This record gives sequence, C-alpha cells and structure tokens, in this order.
Amino acid sequence: MHQDLRRGLRDGLPIALGYFPVSFTFGILAVSGGLSFWQATLISLMNLTSAGQFAGLSVMTAGGPLVEMALSQLIINLRYSLMSISLSQKVDGSVRGLARWSFPFSVTDEIFAVSAARPEPVTQRYWAALRILPIAGWTLGTLCGALLGAVLPQRLLEALGIALYAMFIAIIVPAARRDVHVCLACVLAVAFSCVFFFTPALSAVGSGFSVIICAVAASSAAAVLFPVGEEEGA
Amino acid sequence: MNTSSFFLYLAVMAGVTYLVRAVPFLLIRRKIESRFLRSFFRYIPYTVLSAMTFPAIFFCTGSVLSAAAGTAAALLLAFFDQSLLVVAMASSAVIWVVSLLV
Repeated sequence: MHQDLRRGLRDGLPIALGYFPVSFTFGILAVSGGLSFWQATLISLMNLTSAGQFAGLSVMTAGGPLVEMALSQLIINLRYSLMSISLSQKVDGSVRGLARWSFPFSVTDEIFAVSAARPEPVTQRYWAALRILPIAGWTLGTLCGALLGAVLPQRLLEALGIALYAMFIAIIVPAARRDVHVCLACVLAVAFSCVFFFTPALSAVGSGFSVIICAVAASSAAAVLFPVGEEEGA
Repeated sequence: MNTSSFFLYLAVMAGVTYLVRAVPFLLIRRKIESRFLRSFFRYIPYTVLSAMTFPAIFFCTGSVLSAAAGTAAALLLAFFDQSLLVVAMASSAVIWVVSLLV
C-alpha cells in the first residue's frame, strides 16, 4: 500500500472512533424527532458535520422555515470556510479535477486538525484515505443509533446525550488553554448564550438563530479587542 | 416527516454546508487582507461550539446534577488533551454512574 494511503487510514481511525458515539446519538435523536432510519443516515452521509446536523435536525423537526435552516448551516459551519482556505494553501498538485471538487466535502474540525498538523503537503491519496474511516464511522454510527435507539434503556440514552457536547469540549478546551484570547472569546460566547437561554423574551428566538447571534457577537468583540497578528489566524 | 419536505430540508442543509466548505477552497487563493476578518475567523470555530454547548449541556440528560458531573469530567479530560473518544465516552459513563447513585 502507498505510504500516503497507510498514513491517512492510520490518522483517520481515531477520528472515526470518536465520531461513532456522537453520530449514534444523532441517529437516536433524529428517529425520536420523527425521521426514519434511512433519512437520518442520509443526513449524516451528505453533511458530515456534527453541530450543523444537530441544529438542522431541530429546525427540521420543529418545521422551521428554510431560511433558518440555510442561515444556521451558514453560520454554524462558517468555521469550515477558514479551514478550507487554509487547506487550499496546503494541498499539492495531485488534488485536481473531480478530486478537487470533492475535496472540501470532508472538511471537519477533526479532519482539518489532523491534516493541518502534518508537516508534508496534503496529497489526494492522503486525503482520500484520511476521510474514508471518519465518513464510515459517522454514517454507520447514525444508522446504528437510528436502529438501536428504540431498544436501548432510557438511562443509557440519557448518558449518551452528553456525547456531542463532550466532543465540542474536547475541541474548545485545548485551544482555550493555549490561547487566552480564544478562552476569553469563548467565555463571552457562553455569557451571551446564557442570557439568551435564561431571558424569557429571548428564549423564544430559535436555538439556531441564538447560536448565530451569540457566536457572531462574541467573535466580533474578540476581533476588535484582541486582533490577531500578521502571522496568526487565516 | 413526509418525504418531499424532508428532501427540501436536506437539499438546503447539504447544499449550504457544501458551499460553505467548497467556495473558499475552490476560489480563494490569496491571504485575507482584513485584520478584522482574519481575527473574526480565528475565533468563530470556538465561539460557535461554546454557544452551542453552554448552557445546553446542563439540560441534556434530564438531571442537572448528573449533567454537571459529566461536564466536569469532560472539561477535566479535555484540559489534559484526551481524545474525542475518551472525552465523549468518559463523560457519558460519569452520567450513567451518577444516575445509578442518585
């Protein structure tokens, strides 16, 4: 096997394992929200994103407007734009033609983090191998959750409910520990989010919209208060 | 959910998600000049995830006490750079144990 393929598979395996419990939870939630198992699985296969899917699912099951769906996906997934820009500087000439169009489909927080940490350029072989196991883990996890959710004990389902948030914490905390400005931006976002959650008049705002407002407000404030230097950021 | 409205939602969801990832990758080759935008993009991944997580995490299990215990476990393990799998499974396990005790 080509070395890039082997390394890609090896780097992708821990991501796939981490995705499984989270997408399992997504499958359970989707079915309990009224979707069928194949609908839940199709969402995971076609979106490959955690936060966006959970937000999208709540818009779907609430019968929300399509514009809320579009806006929530745009803002919640806006972070992928930054990662895509960064990756566009890092790929080599082997990423071309159809492969170039399919490449950005699998930009996620975790896949990006692994490929960005790699000193060598990202080749098409490496990317194809890196993403295959996480895509499989994410999709099959959803399928299993959608099929098994109904027969699992309630206590176990409740315990799994935290898996999504725990995965987010696993992304936020190491970054916040290394950069005090990121930490303060997060504290600000949490403060705004609590205001929305606990203020009766504001809690009527859809959860998708309130995340958008809180994140944009906190990031704008942080960008003004703590602008990044020339070499940092995008 | 009926099939036609499902596919409408799915098309918007998957379409926007793909475009958000693909448009910058396919079009932008230069470095972003605006310092404000570069800073904004630096913070947005983490503020989105923070706003989604808190305070919702405390109400994800039906018991604020067990959720708080699970949150504490996740924060502690993440602080020591544990993997996604370890953080997700350990915090679920903590909630399981607390719900057996309380």
